[in-house]
Amino acid sequence: MPSNRYSLFSLLRETLRGHTGWQPAWRDATPQAAYDVVIVGGGGHGLATAYYLARRYGIKRVAVVEKGWIGNGNIGRNTTIIRSNYLLPGNVPFYECAMKLWEGLEQDINYNAMVSQRGVLNLFHNDAQRNAYIRRGNAMRLNGVDAELLDAQAVRRKLPFLNFDNARFPIQGGLLQRRGGTVRHDAVAWGYARAADRLGVDIIQNCEVTGIRTQNGRAVGVETTRGYIGAGRVALACAGNSSRVAAMAGLRLPIESHVLQAFVSEGLKPFIDCVATFGAGHFYISQSDKGGLVFGGDIDGYNSYAQRGNMPVIEDVCEGGMALMPRIGRVRLLRHWGGLMDMTMDGSPIIDRTPVDSLYLNAGWCYGGFKATPASGLCFAHLIARDEPHPTATAYRLDRFARGAVIDEKGMGAQPNLH
Amino acid sequence: MRLNCPCCGPRGLEEFTYRGDATVRRPESPTAPAQDWVDYVYLRDNPAGPHRELWYHGAGCRSWLVVTRDTRTHAISDVVRAVDVARADKEGAGS
Amino acid sequence: MKLLRQGKSSASGDPSQSMRTTTGNGIDTSRTIHFTFDGRRYAAHPGDTLASALLANGVRLAGRSFKYHRPRGILSAGAEEPNALVELRTGARREPNSRATVTELFDGLEAASQNRWPSLAMDALGINGVFSPVFTAGFYYKTFMWPAAFWEKVYEPMIRRAAGLGRAADEADPDIYEKATTFCDVLVVGTGPAGLAAALTAGRTGARVLVCEQDSLPGGRLRAEHGEIGGMPGWQWAEQAMDELRQMPEVRIMTRTCVFGTYDGGTYGALERVADHVPTPAPDQPRQRLWRIVARHAIVATGGIERPIVFPNNDRPGIMLAGAVRTYINRFGVTPGQRAIVYTNNDDGLRTARDLHRAGATIAAIVDARTTETPLARDMAQLTGAKLFMGGAIADTYGRLGIHAAVIREHSGLTQRVPCDLVAMSGGWNPELSLTTHQRTKPVYDETLCAFVPGTMPAGMRSAGVANGTFATPDCLREGTTCGQDAAQACGFSATVADLPAAGTESYAIVPLWHALPLDRPARTGKAFIDFQNDVTAKDVRLAAIEGFRSVEHLKRYTTLGMATDQGKTANVNALAQMAEQTGSSIARTGTTMFRPPVQPVAIGALAGAARGRHFKPDRLTPTHDWATEQGAVFTANGLWHRAQWFPRPGETHWRDTVNREVRTVRTAVGFCDVTTLGKIDIQGPDAATFLERVYVNAWRRLPIGRARYGLMLREDGFAYDDGTTARLGENHYVMTTTTAHAGSVMQHLELCHQWLWPELDVRFISVTDEWAQLAIAGPKSRDVLRHIVDPAFDISNEAFGYMAAATVTICGGQEARLFRLSFSGELAYELAVPARFGDALARLLMKVGAPYGIAPYGTEALGVMRIEKGHPAGPELNGQTTAHDLGMGRMLSTRKDFIGRAMAARPALTDPARPALIGLVPVNAGDELVAGGHLLPAGAQATAAHDQGWVSSAAWSPTLNGWIALGFLSNGPARLGETVMVHNPLGNSVTAARVVSPVFVDPNGERLHA
Repeated sequence: MPSNRYSLFSLLRETLRGHTGWQPAWRDATPQAAYDVVIVGGGGHGLATAYYLARRYGIKRVAVVEKGWIGNGNIGRNTTIIRSNYLLPGNVPFYECAMKLWEGLEQDINYNAMVSQRGVLNLFHNDAQRNAYIRRGNAMRLNGVDAELLDAQAVRRKLPFLNFDNARFPIQGGLLQRRGGTVRHDAVAWGYARAADRLGVDIIQNCEVTGIRTQNGRAVGVETTRGYIGAGRVALACAGNSSRVAAMAGLRLPIESHVLQAFVSEGLKPFIDCVATFGAGHFYISQSDKGGLVFGGDIDGYNSYAQRGNMPVIEDVCEGGMALMPRIGRVRLLRHWGGLMDMTMDGSPIIDRTPVDSLYLNAGWCYGGFKATPASGLCFAHLIARDEPHPTATAYRLDRFARGAVIDEKGMGAQPNLH
Repeated sequence: MRLNCPCCGPRGLEEFTYRGDATVRRPESPTAPAQDWVDYVYLRDNPAGPHRELWYHGAGCRSWLVVTRDTRTHAISDVVRAVDVARADKEGAGS
Repeated sequence: MKLLRQGKSSASGDPSQSMRTTTGNGIDTSRTIHFTFDGRRYAAHPGDTLASALLANGVRLAGRSFKYHRPRGILSAGAEEPNALVELRTGARREPNSRATVTELFDGLEAASQNRWPSLAMDALGINGVFSPVFTAGFYYKTFMWPAAFWEKVYEPMIRRAAGLGRAADEADPDIYEKATTFCDVLVVGTGPAGLAAALTAGRTGARVLVCEQDSLPGGRLRAEHGEIGGMPGWQWAEQAMDELRQMPEVRIMTRTCVFGTYDGGTYGALERVADHVPTPAPDQPRQRLWRIVARHAIVATGGIERPIVFPNNDRPGIMLAGAVRTYINRFGVTPGQRAIVYTNNDDGLRTARDLHRAGATIAAIVDARTTETPLARDMAQLTGAKLFMGGAIADTYGRLGIHAAVIREHSGLTQRVPCDLVAMSGGWNPELSLTTHQRTKPVYDETLCAFVPGTMPAGMRSAGVANGTFATPDCLREGTTCGQDAAQACGFSATVADLPAAGTESYAIVPLWHALPLDRPARTGKAFIDFQNDVTAKDVRLAAIEGFRSVEHLKRYTTLGMATDQGKTANVNALAQMAEQTGSSIARTGTTMFRPPVQPVAIGALAGAARGRHFKPDRLTPTHDWATEQGAVFTANGLWHRAQWFPRPGETHWRDTVNREVRTVRTAVGFCDVTTLGKIDIQGPDAATFLERVYVNAWRRLPIGRARYGLMLREDGFAYDDGTTARLGENHYVMTTTTAHAGSVMQHLELCHQWLWPELDVRFISVTDEWAQLAIAGPKSRDVLRHIVDPAFDISNEAFGYMAAATVTICGGQEARLFRLSFSGELAYELAVPARFGDALARLLMKVGAPYGIAPYGTEALGVMRIEKGHPAGPELNGQTTAHDLGMGRMLSTRKDFIGRAMAARPALTDPARPALIGLVPVNAGDELVAGGHLLPAGAQATAAHDQGWVSSAAWSPTLNGWIALGFLSNGPARLGETVMVHNPLGNSVTAARVVSPVFVDPNGERLHA
């Protein structure tokens, strides 16, 4: 009997027979002629959308088409942080919806994605920053999200090795969300893929969409490198490449693609027990269960599809790291890489219908894509299934830019590289 | 990345500030159709390939530059002063 | 008790360096130095690496693997080392995960094994090996899920206790780091035969050549082999070549310098290890130096990395790469074993038998995976007297803490157990092509070489020698020469190429060997390791294939292959090949091996350089900084600026006492404050007024000379951007002030507007923020004080120099200055600007002439209190999310002109009256504190987001009103004056009733301003 369900029992049983009875985590499906829904993009959001469509909305003739291998984009290139510590009304409930889904994810999809709620601490270094964090923390609390304000002493108790005594911008305190944390990023893609596959979703890899076919203003299918695939509805979940794919349907988006670099150090005995963000530079860090310091900073700041960045940002990020944690000076950077971010004009995402009927858009995730994955999948599935926005994602409309109802957490305006 | 500033010569990325798409042009009038303004302020082609874009040489001559750069490879094929492009455009439009 | 005996022999070492059996070309045997490993003292020679010194002393056990804690020795002699990782040095200089193979020894070096407890020989977590059948690739994704709460509480802490390798230092790194930038025509990476040939050829043309060698000595593999070049040992030829290069004025040689990354535009990152080979850096010397190299052309001559062979229990101490064995013999004079088996699939590996034999070791067997005997195999067997097993394999090994026997499987299938203390294995060589792939250009698979070679390379880059898949020394020399010549020519240098030195050609004749035993027998035999450090085995690759993780990216991520500190340098191709076989595909179709920078791990401290601690960012000091310091001012950071926050006086026990006193001083007498940090932009030109009209929302054409005006700027998206006053000093001359925060970005914005939007306007700008010291002098007595300073020729009476007047004046008998009658505090006030060098003198003068009027300096805190009392928006209000309407300035927006942001500001969502707009707040119960960051909800409403109607942006204790006051934004706010709202601050567990009032708390009619 093959081992379908993952458990300690199945693991031990397979151990006894040399692990020969495991099944592929997902079938490497070949395209059928048509589906009810074709999701373009086999990243976290596309796979989660497929899963929730099948699981919660009963739509099972679903295909996820992916130009390479699933999980090869940003789902596997981020710094694995989850949090719902947002300020603005459009964002807080949505990211909290994601957080609640993270909290039950593993049991739901029968896959251990190592959701680890070990806390996210945003440090502040001056009164204005403190007041802004108080405003944010209070917004979270009014939304039923956990948040605590720590003073410098409390921060020191939690992370005693930070630079408290010789800092250019001394730490005044921090805003802590204990329920925030990290998740093993690849496992999210694989877990959703496996769970969706078990519900009958076809995951079609190495199948690049080359065109979106429309008839009378309505999307009816996608042209791919593996032939035409008919679709009742076409759903785009290809952040990083949203503009390119949407252009196939004649759409221009309020999005620029930017490169965001991420960094990991050699493995070390664990000493950082939460996610910490520096408030006086661009630096955030956590330590993985393997011991590597996982950290990042700002986007490089120029349009890019190259999935790699340049030295100024690498140096800037390490400067932030050393300013905050001078003990990591002799710790070595092991790898750095880049992911492609859909940076929108207000720094917030888009989950909406498009001017083309039956064509749906999930895009513009900026820095927030990974942590949003479950809620993005759920809300996008709702939109596709019901043709109306999910109640927690009503703010993420495409027309908000024309209306002026932007969701600009940083207050940077229509300049994507500043968000 | 290095930009060959027409005024200062080749300089490193850290001397420059990026702005974005140099193909969108500001509508002539505040009463232009709203969609023209939305297009200008918010919508971008965001091509994977050659991209004309604005950079500011803040640590150098303070020139705004129009750079043609391939967003897939970061290879730069052209750098000119934005003011020259803007003047040529205006003259072109006026003639 | 075999185990104990083994443990003892490997841990005890031998102070006499018993394994140092021969002379090495890279060590100085005339001197003896000492080091410790795990507390035990050993002898060594200058030139040794930690690895060669350990081997010289008979220490074979050097580390433990990550997952199963398997005992591990030294696999390689280079940067690719996966096993021999140690903690170097102690205390604040402790460096975890240091590769013993590239650690240059110095007298007194302290090293310790890591990731083991209680000791290297007796590691409790070695028990993981027992559970290894369960701990397959990705097992953790399948379990630890129930109950959910147990992940954080039980499972993860357990995993984290076992996680990681070495320990980061507990204290701040005491060493310093530097950064430098350099430029060259030709960058040559590596000083093996190809690199040196390239450097010599390019250097002789006069081109500017930079040669980087990560090792301390030149020569690369030439130091590890016997081959001759130009009639002398290869390593001598290399030193001679370096001597010649050193004579060339345009050539620079950097040893101990690893070029670690290829970036855009011919930029390369390199790390120079300035002082890692000495106990501590000399005073004022950095430990390491980060180089940004800008090269027109680069020649990658980085050699190759040998592959291990995948066979059961191939990880025991004493099983080494064949090329490394030759390195230890020939460079270091160390023979890593006395009874060796050589296991190879190529001729290069066979030569190890010769070198071992010459060094006095016994060759127990030569196992050659090739089924057809080559001449070299026959020669080697004859020379060494070893039994030759063509078509043979090693089927298993024995020896817990060090190999003592191997099971050789003959081609016929028969097996025999052969005692040995060393296996020298060679699975062939991979070109070290990392630098060619950093821009995501893919290498291509070469069937003949059984390896990937560079494919398309970034512009300006070529590869040469082994890095390019060219193995024979004469070919390396030729290829290096050609690359050097081409690169120099492309840079405009030409030269005749000298004759190539003679060199012997070595045979290679490799056959594919991706696993020693057929994969279809899943083996009760031991684990066959592919990735040594992360303990990824052949079985793990098979499991990944079964479960569908077949792409290279999935394989890596699922099994953790190639994710360890060595980045899979010895593992990736073997794994890829095994996956290809599992899936019945070719290697070329299965994928390729690409690398992400850095080539070698780089210390974070080096990438940060000097930007740490108080030097993290530059300091900007105001012109009165020294004077303020003398006054005992407390400073605060405002961007990069240090500004005086308040000026405490004796007897004041709380900062608020000080601030209250400073506010009262201004409101009742006179105070002054350095406001130099505000951005100042000088604007000149006939079209200056037109330009101002277009960047500000309000009108400017009619501003008379000698007057200033408040202006508001929007962003093009219609939201408020910046504010400040701009004064007209002459017909075509204006000076604009911006907020401190936006001083730089406004300058950039103005340049964009001019150069890109309106190049036809005749106007120019320059930032003069740092040229002028500007002091605000505020309070009812301010005019009296100024009369002592401004020359009498200038009438500053209220009639002659009214509110918002601006003029160039002279002070102190002829010194030019600029005087503005501006007020942020709401009092009669001026701003006086003098050339920055006189700022300090002006402060001292004000103190002197103002003394009779009770003058006192005030800091940013009092400034902030007074601006809140006057309802002036500042950073918390101009936060990029608010509109002119929100700020109560909607009526300033002119409808008679175009300006930045006008069209978009008209969108309905930006003018919706329901948007939170600026209001003032006072507590209903006197004495209650109002908290900035609190949210505004209607009285009686439940504390949920649904009732959230706004927030408190700024709050202060007002000594003028003797109570807390606040500015905030409230939905429909201006229409709700008098209403009571609740300030919710759940973070501080407080709810405070507050009355909505006008945001102007003091002097609403502006009488004081005009006094």
